[in-house]
Amino acid sequence: MSATTVHADPHANPNVSSDAPVADEAHQHHPVRLYFAVWGWLFVLSACSYMVDYIGLQGWLRWTLIVLFMLLKAGLIVAIFMHIAWERLTLIYAILLPPLLVLVFVAIMASEANYTLLTRVLYLGGGP
Amino acid sequence: MTDHVVDLPPSPPAGQRIAPASGWRGFVSDWASDQTSFKGVSWGKAMMWVFLLSDTFVFGCFLVAYMTARMSTTVPWPNPSEVFALTIGGQSVPLILIAIMTFVLISSSGTMALAVHYGYLRDRRKAGALMLLTALFGACFVGMQAFEWTKLIHEGVRPWSNPWGAPQFGSTFFMITGFHGMHVSFGVLFLILMARKVLRGDFDTGRRGFFTSRKGRYEAVEIMGLYWHFVDLVWVFIFAFFYLW
Repeated sequence: MSATTVHADPHANPNVSSDAPVADEAHQHHPVRLYFAVWGWLFVLSACSYMVDYIGLQGWLRWTLIVLFMLLKAGLIVAIFMHIAWERLTLIYAILLPPLLVLVFVAIMASEANYTLLTRVLYLGGGP
Repeated sequence: MTDHVVDLPPSPPAGQRIAPASGWRGFVSDWASDQTSFKGVSWGKAMMWVFLLSDTFVFGCFLVAYMTARMSTTVPWPNPSEVFALTIGGQSVPLILIAIMTFVLISSSGTMALAVHYGYLRDRRKAGALMLLTALFGACFVGMQAFEWTKLIHEGVRPWSNPWGAPQFGSTFFMITGFHGMHVSFGVLFLILMARKVLRGDFDTGRRGFFTSRKGRYEAVEIMGLYWHFVDLVWVFIFAFFYLW
């Protein structure tokens, strides 16, 4: 930090001086083979999740497989295509941790939805 | 702007020059330092990530709303496998159009990743052509979505009712796929604009942008790619939760 500050052009606009780490480009060179491999895996995983529906699996097996294939695909896209695997931990956690809060929201709304269903069944004469 | 880098002693690899620590030590020192926390990340890329994070919450809220509606309704939810089936050669194939759309969008993500790769190699012809191909795949996807919407509307699906079951099916379907389709459409537009810049050699000649009056860098292709991969990422979740569940 101090090294770059000392040598920085004193006339440079401080707002602009921090915006251009050209060096960043250096660590985004990866063999094309890697991108093709990920591409191929995404095709395979998509085909797998489509087969879950095509074969007509039901129940927990269906849901588990759907979520498994979904997470694997999402992981490949974020890690390799979006280069997160090569970013610093600081950025990784700033990006990947906040979405986990959505899971809390999911839990709250799932409980709320169950309650709504209960009241509908009890008081509105609906029901399976 | 980065001339000062030159007069540093033997230049270590990128990123490390700015913040040498890595791992958890680096994580703590990054957050504890002043000025910038995201060392080695340009403001453009950081801001795109922040935007994508906010977009994650938008789509997250849509999907949570869909979950709540589907869990709390006493009327059976329409079976997506049948709703989105197409009749091909006299046979009903479940979900086939959605599967094709998924493969098209994944292919567009693949071409985009290659475009970013060739952008950093400063191969503007390949990068530009791959971006245009990505835009073509994207336009293809939106076209198929328009076909799907038309088909469903003809079959009587409305945001407030549909012939097969829970009325919320229509509203969540149009809201979620519509919002995603809008993202793809804007992505196609920006891809074409960015491809034009790349092919013209703006990032080689240092031509200033029409809107920003600033010189661009090939990193702009990667930032564009982040947006595009995100659109693909959202589709992965929509495909799993809305179409397959």
